[in-house]
Amino acid sequence: MQALHSARRAFSQKVSLGTGAFVTSVTDSIREVLREGGALPVDIATLDDADDLYAAGLTSHATVNLMLGLEEKFDIEFPDHLLRRRTFESIASIRAAITELLGNEVAA
Amino acid sequence: MNAHAELGQAQAAFRDALIAHGLLIPMGVDGLYGRSGTFEEVIERFNALVTRHGGHEGAEIMRFPPSISRQVFEESGYLKSFPQLAGTVHSFMGNDRDHQALIEKLLAKEDWTAGQKATQVVLTPAACYPLYPVVAARGPLPAEGALLDVYSWCFRHEPSIDPARMQQFRQREYVRIGTAAQVMAFRQLWIDRGTAIMSSLGIPLHVDVANDPFFGRAGRMLAANQRDQTLKFELLVPITSSEKPTACLSFNYHQDHFGHAWGLRTHDGGTAHTACVGFGVERIALALFRHHGLDVKAWPQAVRDQLWG
Repeated sequence: MQALHSARRAFSQKVSLGTGAFVTSVTDSIREVLREGGALPVDIATLDDADDLYAAGLTSHATVNLMLGLEEKFDIEFPDHLLRRRTFESIASIRAAITELLGNEVAA
Repeated sequence: MNAHAELGQAQAAFRDALIAHGLLIPMGVDGLYGRSGTFEEVIERFNALVTRHGGHEGAEIMRFPPSISRQVFEESGYLKSFPQLAGTVHSFMGNDRDHQALIEKLLAKEDWTAGQKATQVVLTPAACYPLYPVVAARGPLPAEGALLDVYSWCFRHEPSIDPARMQQFRQREYVRIGTAAQVMAFRQLWIDRGTAIMSSLGIPLHVDVANDPFFGRAGRMLAANQRDQTLKFELLVPITSSEKPTACLSFNYHQDHFGHAWGLRTHDGGTAHTACVGFGVERIALALFRHHGLDVKAWPQAVRDQLWG
């Protein structure tokens, strides 16, 4: 939960913090979910943000657990149009989806 | 009338016609029917036609009862994907006092089922499920992989007035186990063969990418994944609706899902991939009755020649 709070705080302070700190915080939280959930058969630290998670061994059922883990961590709910294979294909694509969701929420 | 009500009416009308002609026998529960001798003969003839197209390749025939062990069911991962469709067998396992309580509830028309306990038996959800652990127990596959022929009653809890959506029905399947390349070649072979078989029966059809009815929000993602990867194709026939045609055959690539679940190994020790072609034989019989009429003697000669020739 600490990471979630820091991610949300980072977002709400995005202007003062700058986009860079926000992105780093979200990325760290995503990596934490991937590490703690055991979704991958490899060490997440060995993967770059753009690396293909499916190629690294992410299965369909593990993607479901990853989705649920991210929803809990960021207190969000992925809408239907984001429940796609490509949303979860890399840390960068997950970050884009979460940034979009957090952004919409704050803007609303 | 909205489209949904219209579809329901078409389904009820076709069901009633089948019952009126004695082809299906109602049993008091949606999706549960007896079959007439004629209905069964069509299914038997169709099965023989499938064997004429696929029986020369040496598939090992296995016939199982319409149940699998609870352990195999749990290992299959079915509950992760389709908890809403599963049917588990429960039985009375009490003593004399429990029996008395059961009778009292029954006579009082109260719910007597709460005391029933799960047995080791689960109704078969798809004809191929029992064969994977059997093949896995034999050890690594030979280099050419394995080819099997199964035929079983299946259960899915989805009561419907649509006669093409039964709760208990039969699937004939050919199943290929081997490398990804072997099973993908098999699936393409059967997409072509299945299309040829159904076309020879004068049935309008098209083949399309499909997904299984995965449960819940997680299921929406599993379905999207399945479509994105084109893991499932269906041969669709209009039966009670042109807009929502019925899947009569399916061509499924399971990747290494079952290979991992039961430790299926290729000859070089890798995890085996699997694929299957499934024929929903009741649905195929219904498609024939829908398009050629309820009197089999009046079916087009070319169709009769295929089945009875």
